[in-house]
Amino acid sequence: MRPNYPRTRATETLLARPPLPSYKAETGTGEHTHMSFAHRHLLGIEPLSPSDIQSILDLADTYVDLNRQPTKHSDALAGLTQINMFFEASTRTQASFELAGKRLGADVMNMAMQASSLKKGETLIDTALTLNAMHPDLLVVRHPHSGAVDLLAQKVNCAVLNAGDGRHEHPTQALLDALTIRRKKGRLHRLNIAICGDIAHSRVARSNILLLGKMESRIRLIGPPTLMPAQIAEFGVEVYDDMAEGLKDVDVVMMLRLQKERMDGGFIPSEREYFYRYGLDAEKLANAKDDAIVMHPGPMNRGVEIDGEIADDINRSVIQEQVEMGVAVRMAAMDLLAHNLRAARAGDAA
Amino acid sequence: MTALLFENARLIDPEAGTVTTGWLHVRDGVIAATGTGPTELGQGETVIDCNGKYLAPGIVDIGVKVCEPGERHKESYRSAGLAAAAGGVTTMVTRPDTTPATDTPETLEFVRRRANEAAPVNVLPMAALTKGREGREMTEIGFLMDAGAVAFTDCDHVVRDTKVFARALTYARSCGALVIAHPQEPGLSAGAAATSGKFASLRGLPAVSPMAERMGLDRDVALIEMTGARYHADQITTARALPALERAKKNGFDITAGVSIHHLTLNELDVADYRTFFKVKPPLRSEDDRMAVVEAVGSGLIDIISSMHTPQDEESKRLPFEEAASGAVALETLLPAAMRLYHAGQLDLPQLFRAMALNPAKRLGLPSGRITAGAPADLVLFDPDVPFILDRSTLLSKSKNTPFDGQRMQGRVLATYVAGQSVYERSSHA
Repeated sequence: MRPNYPRTRATETLLARPPLPSYKAETGTGEHTHMSFAHRHLLGIEPLSPSDIQSILDLADTYVDLNRQPTKHSDALAGLTQINMFFEASTRTQASFELAGKRLGADVMNMAMQASSLKKGETLIDTALTLNAMHPDLLVVRHPHSGAVDLLAQKVNCAVLNAGDGRHEHPTQALLDALTIRRKKGRLHRLNIAICGDIAHSRVARSNILLLGKMESRIRLIGPPTLMPAQIAEFGVEVYDDMAEGLKDVDVVMMLRLQKERMDGGFIPSEREYFYRYGLDAEKLANAKDDAIVMHPGPMNRGVEIDGEIADDINRSVIQEQVEMGVAVRMAAMDLLAHNLRAARAGDAA
Repeated sequence: MTALLFENARLIDPEAGTVTTGWLHVRDGVIAATGTGPTELGQGETVIDCNGKYLAPGIVDIGVKVCEPGERHKESYRSAGLAAAAGGVTTMVTRPDTTPATDTPETLEFVRRRANEAAPVNVLPMAALTKGREGREMTEIGFLMDAGAVAFTDCDHVVRDTKVFARALTYARSCGALVIAHPQEPGLSAGAAATSGKFASLRGLPAVSPMAERMGLDRDVALIEMTGARYHADQITTARALPALERAKKNGFDITAGVSIHHLTLNELDVADYRTFFKVKPPLRSEDDRMAVVEAVGSGLIDIISSMHTPQDEESKRLPFEEAASGAVALETLLPAAMRLYHAGQLDLPQLFRAMALNPAKRLGLPSGRITAGAPADLVLFDPDVPFILDRSTLLSKSKNTPFDGQRMQGRVLATYVAGQSVYERSSHA
């Protein structure tokens, strides 16, 4: 018998099933309303509803068009200050956010935090207070520890975008992956999607599992059991430790980067054995559907998790498109958050 | 010494397992007599009308961290003593994980002096088992016992070297010393901030399998069998460790086990959005583990409930979850939190006070923890039904790192007595 131990609100939220997705507005309609996206921050996929996700993707579609124009400029963020704060080295994500902000007319500043104040014993809270004094409007944060971006978001009075926190979430990566899939496959529901490799240490995998689950696709996780998180099957995914079996008839193959520090025999015996058993090559990919697409969040380790020829195969690999979608998705996310920020500030002033 | 008569009290007797309405005489700091029915007022006695509230033996709390020496800004003997009195804790058994560690008779002397001059409740210090809690050389167990150490523990540091631990246990046995250990396989738990499972996977936190606790306990039980030492496991928090504990007890080893109030009343999901006040060591467990451990307290398999009071300042908690310090203050919330188990029908009041007062006193060979004639008049008067919302700023501890901030609680201490002297009285008996 389970006595009536009081459950906290957080417990209820965690145990609750995600809401059913709406199949409306599956593709961009050309009309964009900011009303359906009511969040102050973008900290993860977890709090987003399917319609929130659709809103971001629909708006991102228009920014893809803009980015392909000879003159790529909008004034959506004109007058706003965007600070990119990276506590962990990143070239691609930081460049993508910087470009997205600049194309929307924001004043963008990059702060490389990994060497500076943290070593001096400054707490994240002090950093937040310092930032508040600079009056930023959009704060893009990457941090090596799970939950650090949430913590920062509680203490600053601007919109915060999570650019990756520890092993927790990387929401814009999942959104750009979703946009890429939606444009290639025409939908996000009822697809078979395989996520392969180091799931345990991957924030990209977590955000993608949450997003694709909310959109009602079937997710398979493939990788050695040493790189699988505990009780991951309870997230409504199928788990495989054999690539050929796991890739059977999938529509999308998402490869994950294997961090160098995991290759030393602690999690897998060696690089070459990993490539032999879990690296994506033509033979293993032949198990997937003929029109299956291959994705990778970059940067790739050719010959470790992916064969170079597959990565460069323009008929299968959409890795370049992912980078393009990344800028558009980040423009859309910042546009929506800035809209809500301005509305909130107008409300405060009134 | 004053003489007191507590009238119209519901007396909780953890030895007999009963709650009876009656009276209790105190003379010279000792319980003189208890009973039901009419009684006569003794000469010079002050009458305390308990209005039908509950009178129980004061809590004996094994494993309280007071941050002297070293980090007095987090908690001093003064502040911890006041918090203990307000929480109905009449004896604090303090931890040696201070800075420096309490590992020499000189440091222990300092601790005892500070405790005596500043704390209104009884303080019994524990000493480190190994020098600097580093797990290499044993401390001067004999000298430390002479100086007043009631038990030996390296706290949350596991003595990894089995040979060192075996020798320390053997030597401790020859002195008749009690060794308190933290059962945990340190290789598995290194770097962990949560218990592995669905929640830790969702939050992306480095996690330890609950099996690490059982592996630690299994090793320690083998060493107890080898050395015959007196052993207490500070916290048993997982269902899987319980059968190992039960076997060790059935085999007749001198082993007892404790659990913190947090592992009895909270689970891993309470961490929610990385709330660092819920980061404790070992990490909070699954609901199934919590239920199993509550049951084990009820059956007596787990002997002792303690607060594991661990003050941390704001700076060490306002950090990303992985980097934040572990531990929670609990001297003042131990009793209200324990009342959650009572109100949920999981443990009755004699069971709770058996685990919070009688068993810890017995384990340390103290005469307290009982409500019978001859025992010290260390008493707590409380109302288990008073509802309130905990506001951490009202805590008397210097550090306010409680996981119960803002939560609804039920049950409050009305008054606390140490050797018949009032050390705490709630301003309004409401």
